[in-house]
Amino acid sequence: MSHGSPSSFKNPVINWIDTRLPIFTMLQKEYGTFPTPKNFNYLWSFGGIAMVMLTTMILTGIFLAMYYTPSTGHAFDSVERIMRDVNYGWLIRYIHMNGASLFFIAVYVHIFRGVYYGSYKAPRELLWILGVVILLLMMATAFMGYVLPWGQMSFWGATVITNLFSAIPVVGDKIVTWLWGGFSVDNPTLNRFFALHYLLPFVIFAVVFLHVAALHVSGSNNPTGIEPQTDKDTVPFHPYYTAKDCFALVLFLIFYALIVFYAPNALGDPDNYIPANPMVTPAHIVPEWYFLPFYAILRSFVWDIHIPFTSVVLISSKLGGVLLMFGSIVMLLLLPWLDRSKVRSAVFRPIYKKVFWLFVLDCLILGYIGGKPPEAPYVMIGQFATAFYFAFFLILSPLLPKYEKILPLPKSISEAVLKKS
Amino acid sequence: MLRSLLLSAALLSLLAVPALANEENEHLKTQAWPHQGAFGTYDRASLQRGFQVYKQVCATCHSLKLLSYRDLSDLGFNEAEVKALAASATVHDGPNDNGDMFDRPGRPSDFFVKPFPNDQAARAANGGALPPDLSLIVKARKGHEDYIYSILTGFGQTPPADEKIAAGMNYNPYFPGHQIAMPRPLNDDSVTYADGTKATTDQEARDVVQFLAWAAEPKLEARNQMGFKVVLFLVVFAAVLYGVKRKVWSKLH
Repeated sequence: MSHGSPSSFKNPVINWIDTRLPIFTMLQKEYGTFPTPKNFNYLWSFGGIAMVMLTTMILTGIFLAMYYTPSTGHAFDSVERIMRDVNYGWLIRYIHMNGASLFFIAVYVHIFRGVYYGSYKAPRELLWILGVVILLLMMATAFMGYVLPWGQMSFWGATVITNLFSAIPVVGDKIVTWLWGGFSVDNPTLNRFFALHYLLPFVIFAVVFLHVAALHVSGSNNPTGIEPQTDKDTVPFHPYYTAKDCFALVLFLIFYALIVFYAPNALGDPDNYIPANPMVTPAHIVPEWYFLPFYAILRSFVWDIHIPFTSVVLISSKLGGVLLMFGSIVMLLLLPWLDRSKVRSAVFRPIYKKVFWLFVLDCLILGYIGGKPPEAPYVMIGQFATAFYFAFFLILSPLLPKYEKILPLPKSISEAVLKKS
Repeated sequence: MLRSLLLSAALLSLLAVPALANEENEHLKTQAWPHQGAFGTYDRASLQRGFQVYKQVCATCHSLKLLSYRDLSDLGFNEAEVKALAASATVHDGPNDNGDMFDRPGRPSDFFVKPFPNDQAARAANGGALPPDLSLIVKARKGHEDYIYSILTGFGQTPPADEKIAAGMNYNPYFPGHQIAMPRPLNDDSVTYADGTKATTDQEARDVVQFLAWAAEPKLEARNQMGFKVVLFLVVFAAVLYGVKRKVWSKLH
């Protein structure tokens, strides 16, 4: 913010405010004239789409909270009350319930886009790490939100996932009791999950603010992975990307609306329309689809590791699975340093390009395995897929640049654009 | 090439999800229900017949506790009919000013009266098995309408020689484990339809399934109608925004 510069807004009210709190100057700088690479494809719209989804979730969530009752005796019925008797309650609830899935779709596309075009590389490491923090917060929020309707999957999902912490040596059981607020998933658990489910989206909002702030320091990456050099390489954010992002957003909303209005329960489990019952375990306890790849990694570790020549278990299969699952996120955090390539974009990395699509396929396979019962042959497929997941980060990302022949890079974004057209 | 192959594999796997979800019940009798599809509406005559089947057969053991009598106006009953239907139930209410519980005729605002006061009483009367509440049964089972229809019409078959049916259980090939505590509920002429429709087992099952589908998702018609308007608006809006985007970017080239 330049000191003492006279504001030049025609509207005197805006001018009055801006000279005292230069919020309009800031908006003009960050979203008006903000120089943005002119060669974005539509994958770059998903960050903005994710932002719209976060806002949608917060707004619909506030209205649901006005009718929802966080008590084991009333939670299920209060959700049905919303569905049946609250004016347009069914609409708000289906928007919120499926909004979680759509938010994850947007964020997963956003992440894979970053991996393909090397958007995590210097100087954007911190921007990327803030993104991974947002993903972790989203996972915690979505998990706790799924518990709130207090159906069978809510209850048993909560039981399985909170029980993972019992794998921590020595203090594991104490931590689980502390998380539950008792000796099983019960009313105190539901109450605290509701409190946290209401709180965390605002924490996400704050981290998104930091994510965007960091983005506006380094500027956006682009499909060539080359930094803009002259004014010819960029366009002002408005009207170019406001127009493009709005169009992309509405296409996304069409997809969203089709699910909300015509298949609102397709992504959920029928068991969650059965009220929670601690005495009856569902045949298959399956998390929501967006957790399935991580669930497959969790279940891929099936061995107890002993101290050699003794029967003392060093790492139980449960602990091993939990470590792998958290490790899969840690891989994302370390990716900026694991990838040794000097070139960002996969466009100029012929081998990495193929490896990237294998990685995408691997994540889809993990998702498929996560939805299957833990039996042959699914466990073994899941183990190979988990091995490839980690190999992508720990072996392929560091070593590939040594052997890969990079295609000739264009001199500038403008040159790349002109060549294409 | 690799990319398009993978994309099509991803799309195929998405399409395969509903198919996979049904693998346990792959022999369900799939039916075309009038309320399915983007323009689906409930068949009011069938809903009323289905309500009759519920009231005269299912309600002996199964509650429908999320519904109120006033909800029945959705089925095409007028105010007087709803009042009469509610009044035919006996509601246990109280305490009154003397501190006593008492029975009174039902009002439209009352929830459907349950056949048993609690789960224990329901189990005691049903050989230890708990008849589930039916308010959400269509949404709470894989296979949905087709599953309920298959169960209701799946009785009366001879079990294969290698399947031993336990005492007090009944064979039904559509039920997980093939043994269900519920005896065959529907037979030809279990009810006499007020509108003269012939009450075959199949017709009764078809009607009660549609009634239960409505009970589980009473706002389906409003949802379909609003969905059409919303999607239509968004498609037109997208076309306008595409034009705007083209115009804005044309200055650049």
